[in-house]
Amino acid sequence: MSPQQEREPIISIRGLKTAFGATVIHDELDLDIYRGEVLGIVGGSGTGKSVLLRTIIGLNHQKKGTIKVFDKDLDALESAERRAIERRWGVLFQNGALFSSLTVAQNIEVPMREHLALPKALMDEIAAMKIAMVGLPPDAGTKYPSELSGGMRKRAGLARALALDPEIVFLDEPTAGLDPIGASAFDALIKELQQALGLTVFLVTHDLDTLHAICDRIAVLAEKHVIVTGDMGQMLSFDHPWVQEYFHGPRGRAALQAKEQ
Amino acid sequence: MTQTGEFASLKFSDTPEGARAEIQGRWVIAGLAEADTALRQWRPSGKPAVALDLAALERLDTAGAWVLHRTRKTLRAEGLQVEYINVQPDHTALLARVEANDAPGSVEPRQSNIVVVVLAEIGETMADAVNEARALLGFLGLLMATLGRTIANPRRLRGTPLVYHLEAVGFNAVPIVALISFLIGVVLAYQGATQLRQFGAEIFTVELVAISVLREIGILLTAIIIAGRSGSAFTAQIGSMKLNEEIDAMRTLALDPMEMLVLPRVLALIIALPMLGFIADIMGLLGGAVMCWVVLDITPALYLQRLNEWVPLAHFWVGMIKAPFFALMIGLVGCFEGLQVKGSAESVGQLTTKAVVESIFMVIVVDAIFSIYFAVIGF
Ligand SMILES: Nc1ncnc2c1ncn2[C@@H]1O[C@H](COP(=O)(O)OP(=O)(O)O)[C@@H](O)[C@H]1O
Ligand SMILES: [Mg+2]
Repeated sequence: MSPQQEREPIISIRGLKTAFGATVIHDELDLDIYRGEVLGIVGGSGTGKSVLLRTIIGLNHQKKGTIKVFDKDLDALESAERRAIERRWGVLFQNGALFSSLTVAQNIEVPMREHLALPKALMDEIAAMKIAMVGLPPDAGTKYPSELSGGMRKRAGLARALALDPEIVFLDEPTAGLDPIGASAFDALIKELQQALGLTVFLVTHDLDTLHAICDRIAVLAEKHVIVTGDMGQMLSFDHPWVQEYFHGPRGRAALQAKEQ
Repeated sequence: MTQTGEFASLKFSDTPEGARAEIQGRWVIAGLAEADTALRQWRPSGKPAVALDLAALERLDTAGAWVLHRTRKTLRAEGLQVEYINVQPDHTALLARVEANDAPGSVEPRQSNIVVVVLAEIGETMADAVNEARALLGFLGLLMATLGRTIANPRRLRGTPLVYHLEAVGFNAVPIVALISFLIGVVLAYQGATQLRQFGAEIFTVELVAISVLREIGILLTAIIIAGRSGSAFTAQIGSMKLNEEIDAMRTLALDPMEMLVLPRVLALIIALPMLGFIADIMGLLGGAVMCWVVLDITPALYLQRLNEWVPLAHFWVGMIKAPFFALMIGLVGCFEGLQVKGSAESVGQLTTKAVVESIFMVIVVDAIFSIYFAVIGF
């Protein structure tokens, strides 16, 4: 048995099928995510990475298959139980998806205010701490999302995703649209937070540097299912045209060299 | 694991070395409220050495670590020597991280003095009104220039969107316009009949209904319905395209948003509104006829004859001539406000409201100008 199989899967997907009308996006998809790991999901554009993420968190409903999170079948839960589970994960959407009529700090307080009864002073302090934690300047708290740059909006979105100290965070292309320096800073931030807070991270990305820098395991989505999971070494030696092209193409080689230096 | 039901707990004690707080249980965000309050109120007495004993801490998250850190910080600021003791190895990294991220911060947007805010707001509103009037006039000019170019070169006209908008603003509005004007015809006839009967002049109800519907109410009502229905839709459509940077994308592709978005919408309105106005006229007259028949026993045949003899066609044309101008106002304001959207989804909402209010206002202003004009020329 490999060490992975002895670990406890925090999310476990079996025989998943999703479709929009007649278009099947996933078929017979199996995937395990283990507690405390950073799992990178890669795949060509339109292979259904975002749809997979949305299906796990319940924004999209599968046609077949089961999704277990924390060992509970999400479809079999009462809505109260489901909400309790939803509080244990945080999601960063592709564009941050901040509420545009609230300031950054108010955005971070939304989940606390909706789910918990905390004193206002404590919520304000926690919001300020989360803002610092994701590397935003203190005055960002009073700004509206439209006053922030793309990178800052992503950081603010991450702060909101972390508001309830979740155990799992789902990140959809967190470094897309950031400059390389901003992207590596964001990678470092995710890794640091993951280690300090013991997070499990489900990371959809196209960024090869991110994959090298922070992912413990990588899952490749192609042909409607996960064709391979494993660490970078396994990816480099896996025999599939898309996987070869992706990890051995010019960008893949550059990222590999950068990692080795 | 963050689960509700189990709370952070605390025990205060005094030891020979000084006051001590034993931190017990699960210090996670869901169960912190009481412990937070207790620690805020805690004023350790006795020796200046204070200890926060973390030996019995089961679970810690950033919020719990923050409360501990803040307690230590505030007590230290009061001159006490506060230390964590018996820290478990699992918790050191988290405590350090939270300490490193202690930052002041506020939540609400910055606010200045209320008087200043009110004065500034009044000033801004006035300045905005002037600027806006000027910008709207500029927009009208731009639209006319685009229209001129399109007439000179009709191939530039976007046929498909024009037809699409004709359906959306014209055809789809027929039921609501017809229903409302029919009902207004009924109401007018009933009111007219009850009032005029007092003078034995109930036969004039026909003229009352016909002249007011044809000259004013048919077209004005239609314009107001369309301002609410389509003017707002224009603002919302163009506004969300603006938010999505679609308008910027068009410009960079050397496509003219005036030609692509504004002209088809405004032209569709200019074509559709007279037709809708015509339908409103017919339905208004029909409503009047029904009511005259019911309350006054004026048969449809008599009603028609009376219309023919006593209501000149000029009234109909007075109403109709206004329709394209109303349409221009509604389309202009709707598209203009859509292009003013910036920043957030909230801005789409505000400007949509503004577009409706403003276009109804403009329609009534234009109507008043026409009334004065017709009065002067005696039409
Ligand atoms: N709401 C939807 N309705 C119909 N098709 C959709 C919807 N959302 C996504 N799709 C389709 O599903 C496929 C996968 O999309 P997505 O998961 O966004 O890809 P990516 O892997 O690039 O994130 C795409 O072909 C897309 O067109
Ligand atoms: Mg995607």
